[in-house]
Amino acid sequence: MSDTTASAPGFLTRATVMTGRSLRISRRNVDAVITSMMLPVMLMLIFVYFFGGAIDTGSAYDSYVMYVVPGVLLLCAGFGSATTAVAVSEDMKGGIIDRFRSLDIGGTPVLAGHVAASVVRNLVSTTLVFGVALLIGFRPAATPGGWLAVTGVLLAYITALSWISAAMGLLARTPEAAGGFTFFMSFLPYPSSAFVPVDSMPGWLHGFADHQPITPAIESIRGLLLDQPVGNTPWIALAWAAGILAVAVAASGVLFRLRTR
Amino acid sequence: MPDVMIEAHGLTKSYGRPSARVRVLDGIGLRVARAGVFALLGPNGAGKTTTVRILATLTTADAGTARVAGYDVVADRRRVRRAISLTGQFAAVDETLTGEENLRMMARLTGHSRARSRQRAEELLERFGLTDAARRLVRTYSGGMRRRLDLAAGLVGSPEPGVFFLDEPTTGLDPRSRRELWQVVRDLAGRGATVLLTTQYLEEADQLADRIAVLNKGRIAAEGTPEQLKSRVPGHRLDLVLTTREAYLRLAARAVHHSPGSLTLGLPTDGTAAQTRALLDEIDPQRTDVDRFSLHSATLDDVFLTLTAENAEPADTAEAPARV
Ligand SMILES: Nc1ncnc2c1ncn2[C@@H]1O[C@H](COP(=O)(O)OP(=O)(O)OP(=O)(O)O)[C@@H](O)[C@H]1O
Ligand SMILES: [Mg+2]
Repeated sequence: MSDTTASAPGFLTRATVMTGRSLRISRRNVDAVITSMMLPVMLMLIFVYFFGGAIDTGSAYDSYVMYVVPGVLLLCAGFGSATTAVAVSEDMKGGIIDRFRSLDIGGTPVLAGHVAASVVRNLVSTTLVFGVALLIGFRPAATPGGWLAVTGVLLAYITALSWISAAMGLLARTPEAAGGFTFFMSFLPYPSSAFVPVDSMPGWLHGFADHQPITPAIESIRGLLLDQPVGNTPWIALAWAAGILAVAVAASGVLFRLRTR
Repeated sequence: MPDVMIEAHGLTKSYGRPSARVRVLDGIGLRVARAGVFALLGPNGAGKTTTVRILATLTTADAGTARVAGYDVVADRRRVRRAISLTGQFAAVDETLTGEENLRMMARLTGHSRARSRQRAEELLERFGLTDAARRLVRTYSGGMRRRLDLAAGLVGSPEPGVFFLDEPTTGLDPRSRRELWQVVRDLAGRGATVLLTTQYLEEADQLADRIAVLNKGRIAAEGTPEQLKSRVPGHRLDLVLTTREAYLRLAARAVHHSPGSLTLGLPTDGTAAQTRALLDEIDPQRTDVDRFSLHSATLDDVFLTLTAENAEPADTAEAPARV
């Protein structure tokens, strides 16, 4: 009978197993995944073909699609991360979290698994958005270093937004409410330079639009993709992402303890 | 391993805001010996799940102490968790995974290697009669299959024999699945495991348990072997059809069976002519309140209802009807 006992697995094993679980589950919830992938693509098409002609982005951009892609990428990250909240909330509602706890798994590996799966899902949908963007005339001119930086900034934001989303899943009492909580993440890109230049917005919005966390990400991704000078904006973007992530991890630790008292 | 696998003293627990605290457990004490089945029997809201969650280290009591497998559930939480297996009231398996994937995941989480996890999953699927359904999504399982998988998932990692907590393992199952599950529980106990299960069904406790504790409103109302408990309530029930609502209300507190629509009350009795006659005289000296009566053998439900009677004083509930 001693062969049925095993030593407690380390953090990495637990997080890896939880990631595999979340990925399997998302692979089987195809509808949800497809919705979160199609929405940004549709929005991109709407912006480029319906509104694009009416938006003046200045002479630096050959066409509106050159301007809007970074915003759509961030929008996509927002939509993609939002499903994490629902998944975490489902876990908390069911009996499975009790079982995980009785196995001494702990909250962080469970959340880390959801976040890691979210990052993988987002990489797929980001690639899709990129593909469609290329089809409709997006012509990036990034250097290899630029590509690396774009990937880095996107990954950092996706991770941070996913972990915020996980924390909201802990905060919400029901999965439906969790879905609602993440709504604002999908809207954060709008009051920024994502779709229209900030100058075209009413004056009182400038302060927020210029200093909200999404703006440096959009500015740096846009600049890097088009090989324009970006200064230290990528670093500011990364600092924001790191800050958000740190807050999200700390908050979710506290929330998990409160929810499982 | 200690001889007493579960030991609790004076467990209390309250929920709610300070202004509206509700005492859910009010001084629970338990002693469960190694190997065998102990049933915690009680109606909805009695505090069964709360007790199990405290013993399984998932929540902490406001006061009182508990030891499981010899370890304190608060100070030695880690060791307790390694010695127990929990199958909660609500299914703790992933609906969008297959049965096999669920078990392999649980095995990995308890520290088994990949290869060993696959083997362990196979063994358990076999043992719980789920081999044919192993590769189907749990979403497509019947309630009984899901419950068996749930139990199997609880068994994956913990060293047998250990302590098993099963919270209402058969609620919602049809009679056949229930019987299958009973067999699983008997097998566990047969292998030397200590099983604490909760149930709302006295029949289930009677079938499975070596000892039963009746939990009502956060207190242990009675504790003993099934035979001891059954001997503590009278064997028969006298059903009275009353003539007036006043008479019904006056006697309702003494009854173990109520049916206000037909003004019928069931009172416990031992079934002898002498006692039945005396009982009728006592409750209806003017001979105007009772219209008709009939005598039944007490069912297990009557025993349960007597022990958990709404207005009964805890602890000596069982004696009360005998003094009638
Ligand atoms: N987290 C909680 N917050 C507030 N009240 C709670 C909480 N958990 C349980 N309760 C209350 O405690 C009481 C006992 O609950 P418990 O779940 O232990 O009962 P139970 O015997 O398992 O009932 P059932 O047969 O319905 O499962 C109930 O009145 C319930 O509403
Ligand atoms: Mg319960």
